Amino acid sequence: MTAPPSICVEGEALIAGAPLFAHVRLDVRAGQWTSLLGASGAGKSTLLRLIAGLDTGVEFRGSITASDGRPLAGRVAYMAQSDLLAPWLDVVGNVVLGARLRGEKADIDRAMELIERAGLAGHARQRPHTLSGGQRQRASLARTLMEDRPVVLLDEPFSALDARTRAEMQELAGEMLAGRTVLLVTHEPGEAARLSHQALLISAGGLRPLPLPDSVPVRAFDDAATLDAQARMFRLLREAA
Amino acid sequence: MRALMTVLRIAAVFAFATGLWQVIVWLTQVPHFILPGPGRVARQLWESRALIAENAQVTFLQIIVGLLLGTLLGVATAIQLAMSNVSRVLMRPVLIFAQAVPVFAIAPILTLWLGYGPASKIVMVVLIIYFPVASAFFDGLSRTPQGHLDLAHVMGASGLRQLLHLRIPHALPSLASGLRLAAVASPFGAVIGEWVGSSQGLGHLMLLSSGRAQTDMMFACLFVLALFTVLLYFLIDKLGVMVVSRYAEPGA
Repeated sequence: MTAPPSICVEGEALIAGAPLFAHVRLDVRAGQWTSLLGASGAGKSTLLRLIAGLDTGVEFRGSITASDGRPLAGRVAYMAQSDLLAPWLDVVGNVVLGARLRGEKADIDRAMELIERAGLAGHARQRPHTLSGGQRQRASLARTLMEDRPVVLLDEPFSALDARTRAEMQELAGEMLAGRTVLLVTHEPGEAARLSHQALLISAGGLRPLPLPDSVPVRAFDDAATLDAQARMFRLLREAA
Repeated sequence: MRALMTVLRIAAVFAFATGLWQVIVWLTQVPHFILPGPGRVARQLWESRALIAENAQVTFLQIIVGLLLGTLLGVATAIQLAMSNVSRVLMRPVLIFAQAVPVFAIAPILTLWLGYGPASKIVMVVLIIYFPVASAFFDGLSRTPQGHLDLAHVMGASGLRQLLHLRIPHALPSLASGLRLAAVASPFGAVIGEWVGSSQGLGHLMLLSSGRAQTDMMFACLFVLALFTVLLYFLIDKLGVMVVSRYAEPGA
């Protein structure tokens, strides 16, 4: 993996001529977690998809640049709310899907190591429907890591999980994705408070920073400063709506 | 145990249907050249077994070859449609129009072009199943969940590999349901083809018996044809269930 760049998105987005969000400048810092919060439809997923180079259905006027000046295509890994596991492939097959789709030789040893680190040792040859929701999202995380990209885009990856599994996955992802440039789209202040170096709130008016503790993520879910930040974020989120 | 239950159930249904048939024959007192009873048909089936088998073999072979060719052609068309916008714009209306033309109506033309041999019947079968196979598979190919396509895009997949590793596997259950339709429709093609013009096959034998008022023989042929169709359907249905359990999310 090359040194992770920072990413700057600057511009405005329009849906059928009407602004989705006004002129914004989003700085996703190199090697850090940036969380993006906001009401449904505020454009947080749109920003993420713009960076990923995916269809958004909006007209974006502006620029998306990496700090090293090179294009982002091929340097991004993507993880969504749905685990997007192929039902006909076992866990290993799903983890090495990227290599197969690019016509590269899959590094099975590395895949097995990542599967083990993701806590799925012994499940490598199972197909997705035999796994629990949490295990499936672990496989999805292993697949994301297998891509070994400096930039990782997470679109509400844990929101379909139960509270306990979600907390476990946050810790696992925080640990396994450390050092990469991560953009996390979430609607959960608690998640942002635990995982981010920087948290931002998006609304029609633009972006604004949200309060975070000074400590280094991943923060404990019951840490007083984290809980306080979570409460303050929640207040700002309700005011923005 | 389950296999035994299935056999018993089939036997019960068969006994019921045969019994009903016999009762109708007794009650209505119709002459046997209008509606023969099951006994007469069974006797005919046994006495003419060599003749029926010889002709059935021809028909079955036509159906199977037509089914294979039609499936290949349908699959190829669906992939072609899924891959190219141009062919989608040009080909789809043609396909739909071709389907609107009743295949029975063009049987005489096919016989004129391809003769009385098996070729015209095979083409009939191909024409009948081509559209359901192509449209079911194309439907599946165009309904790959967007999330999976997004992921493939971010992963840097080429269009061809995306088709091979993602879209085709996702579409296999749809192809299976198209093939189920094809299995039931394919015997029509062969028999209609034989009615229009042939020198052998079950359709030919039925036409011949009809001219000689050998209703027993017509029913015997019909029975063999129906049995074959049911077997073909079961086989393809089993295959479909296997494909679905492998390629689709259970419960989805």
